[in-house]
Amino acid sequence: MQFTVNGTPHEVDVEEDMPLLWVLRDELGLKSVKYGCGIAQCGACTVHIDGFATRSCQVPASTLEGAEITTLEGLAPGDTLHAVQEAWIAHQVAQCGYCQSGQMMQAADLLAGTPDPTDEDIDSIMGGNLCRCGTYPRIRAAIHDAAARLREG
Amino acid sequence: MSKLGKIARRSFLVGAAAFAGGIAFGTYMVRRPHANPLADGLDAGEVTFNPWVLIGPERITLITPHADLGQGAMHMQATLLAEEMDLEPGQFDTDFGAPAAAYWNTAMAGDAAPFRSSDHGLMARTTRGAMGAVFKIIGLQGTGGSSSTPDSFDKLRQAGAMARETLKLAAAQETGIAVDRLATDAGAVVLPDGTRLPYTGLAATAATLEPVEDAPLRQPSEWRLIGQPTERMDIVAKSTGQQHYGIDTEIEGMVHAAVRINPRRGALNGYDASTAETMRGVQTVLEVTDGVAAIADNTWRAFQAVNAIDCDWGPAPYPAEMDGHWAAVASSFTDERLDKEWRNDGDIDAALTGDVIEAEYRAPYVAHQPLEPLNAVVRVTEAGVEVWTGHQMPRFLQQMVAGVTGHEPEQVTFHNQFAGGSFGHRLEFDHVVQAAEIANQMRGTPVKLTYQREEDFAHDFPRQIGMARARGAAADGRVAATDIQIATVSSSRSQMGRLGQSVPGPDTQIPAGVWNAPYAIPSYRVRAYAVPGLAPTSSWRSVGASTGGFFGEGFLDEVIHAAGADPLQERLRLASNPRARAVLEAVGEMSDWGRSLPEGRGLGLAMVESFGVPVAEVIEVEATDRGIRIHDVWAAAEVGTVVDPVNFENHVQGAIVWGLGHAINCEITYSDGMANQLNFDQHDGMRIWQAPRIAVRAVELGGDVHGIGEPPVPPAAPALANAIFSATGQRLREMPFSKLVDFV
Repeated sequence: MQFTVNGTPHEVDVEEDMPLLWVLRDELGLKSVKYGCGIAQCGACTVHIDGFATRSCQVPASTLEGAEITTLEGLAPGDTLHAVQEAWIAHQVAQCGYCQSGQMMQAADLLAGTPDPTDEDIDSIMGGNLCRCGTYPRIRAAIHDAAARLREG
Repeated sequence: MSKLGKIARRSFLVGAAAFAGGIAFGTYMVRRPHANPLADGLDAGEVTFNPWVLIGPERITLITPHADLGQGAMHMQATLLAEEMDLEPGQFDTDFGAPAAAYWNTAMAGDAAPFRSSDHGLMARTTRGAMGAVFKIIGLQGTGGSSSTPDSFDKLRQAGAMARETLKLAAAQETGIAVDRLATDAGAVVLPDGTRLPYTGLAATAATLEPVEDAPLRQPSEWRLIGQPTERMDIVAKSTGQQHYGIDTEIEGMVHAAVRINPRRGALNGYDASTAETMRGVQTVLEVTDGVAAIADNTWRAFQAVNAIDCDWGPAPYPAEMDGHWAAVASSFTDERLDKEWRNDGDIDAALTGDVIEAEYRAPYVAHQPLEPLNAVVRVTEAGVEVWTGHQMPRFLQQMVAGVTGHEPEQVTFHNQFAGGSFGHRLEFDHVVQAAEIANQMRGTPVKLTYQREEDFAHDFPRQIGMARARGAAADGRVAATDIQIATVSSSRSQMGRLGQSVPGPDTQIPAGVWNAPYAIPSYRVRAYAVPGLAPTSSWRSVGASTGGFFGEGFLDEVIHAAGADPLQERLRLASNPRARAVLEAVGEMSDWGRSLPEGRGLGLAMVESFGVPVAEVIEVEATDRGIRIHDVWAAAEVGTVVDPVNFENHVQGAIVWGLGHAINCEITYSDGMANQLNFDQHDGMRIWQAPRIAVRAVELGGDVHGIGEPPVPPAAPALANAIFSATGQRLREMPFSKLVDFV
């Protein structure tokens, strides 16, 4: 099947039921995409497919034909950072950091649809992204900060 | 390892240690420094002054041997070195270094000694010193017990100062300028005329000098980095997807492995791999201890293949059903299973007359489950073994791997990796041993073993299960007596047993957080009972205090309520040392304790000391129509001196989320000998929609420096239970609380 990842076309020959998570990690070497649970309970594998945050562990390769996939490596063009990443650095959100790629991909999607989210908006959209280190207070603060950065352009 | 080291290693905990360290080894063995592991294999022009600093013509490398599990250990260690060396972020690389006795943990022994942190008497000092001596002789390098900062605080500043002063000597020799006219700044020695000589250019000369011992340390007023908000050195990598974790390791020619081990921790009776062996990408199927491994050309194919193997598992070596576990705990309050009577102040029998309050508390098994599943890459050749994984006990890891492959431990090269969390999980060795067993059957081929989440849960050595039976009495509006009997599995004995070690004395972790509670209750008795024969357990973030703190502070709140006293004022009255009093006063102020609350709201307070750190937490909850809402937490901790206030705050917040989440909705139960909870849908921890606002205050009284990784965990569960009582009148004496109340 053929699809693009971060703007680059790829063609892979894998089983139809192989999840996108493993296509990205093991076939294409995109390691920001993390394996956490395999059953869409942790969100560590979150990527954007055609612009929408999606748990890549639940997406079979057979559905990828023509898809445009974005991982954290491609969230911002070139060496620039997305406002979410800038805010994540400013608030020093990460502890172990293992969930944070997925958190940022989900947060970027949230802000694309809800430019000025309330805490309730954040809690409802980010509820599927598990952080075992418990950085939630900082995730909330960083999302508000990222929203402000995006509004200010 | 020396013969003396081996003797010490076999008997290094409480009891035997006091004898072994003080008498058997003599002063010389204890004082003799370990060899600097960096001294072997120095390249031309490189210099090392001590095991933590390596300077070459091109670069400066700081060795940060404490494992970084997400707690920021690398940043903390590098900060302490850079402070004294006058280095700026970006001027140096860091490396976890090779396992070495020189990296023995100077602080880990302190908390293992059975003395209260406030006890500075002769016996306490002698025993701590003796145990420290044993840890040194065996070269016990380890990360755990919230000991990384106390271990590093003096040692790494001294190492940095030694490097700085020796570099100044080198500059003096090169320029002929007296050393007392030289200064250091941002990676260079600065001459009186402002000329800068970069450290890297001085390495060759410095290598010809004796390192300066006893170099003076900077005064706290001179600190540029310590105590200041600094940017964690891994924060950009972790915010851009560039951080490399063990699970991201790729070695040329590597194959992928997945295992299934008997979920009952019994034997593998037999298996049928005929389907698995024909699946795409599958190279082979192998046996490992008590299980099977599938080897394939990517991770997912290895998962699919190992799941297709039909296995016949033997029975569990512990009760198959949960009723049997609880029955074993409940029947352990006997003289025969008394591990130790830890405290007996006043006259408990006389005090417990009249209206005696009685209660029984329970704490379940709980899993660690950091988000990065366990994994390890191992390559075995005749010449040696290489291991890539994130691990907290590097030298034990070498021994365990060498035991599989037949090499000497020194032939095991260990590349420690940043870990996606641990919480105690990466103190264990099963996954590394299994990877070594597989790689040993495929010598020459690097093997990456990745656990499926379900396998990780099934074999997570959980927190100890336990119960407390408590009695108490109030008199004249005050707490008069508490008698707390605690029966838990000994996680220390379970864990050390897997290393072939015994724990000679009583297990300090069974009554942790209770026997050492900094309260002067007139009559106070604490007895610990060890429950044998249950599921193997391990150190779970804050270990014994995570259960003991809940028992002790939940019950104290009951007695305070019976006395008709105020939970804060009564704890302040009972507080037996200034550190405990300071954190109580802090949270009282932060939470505006005593204010009137709207209907349905309640404040709860708990204070627990663990790992030498008293932490007080106040929680505000609201009983809504749909369940309990946790609004706010106020927390104060006394750690002596804070190295990094940003990471300190993040850590306290995270530890509270950890403590609350597991108290609310997590337990591991067994049916047919197997854990029932195998993924995060059944063992969530806290999610963002439940996470309260958390305000944190560091109380710095300037005494001994302590770590903050674990101590904020134990007060969280009892503070929540006490808040729910305050809001609803319902006492929660059993975790997880979601069995008893709903949460929103």
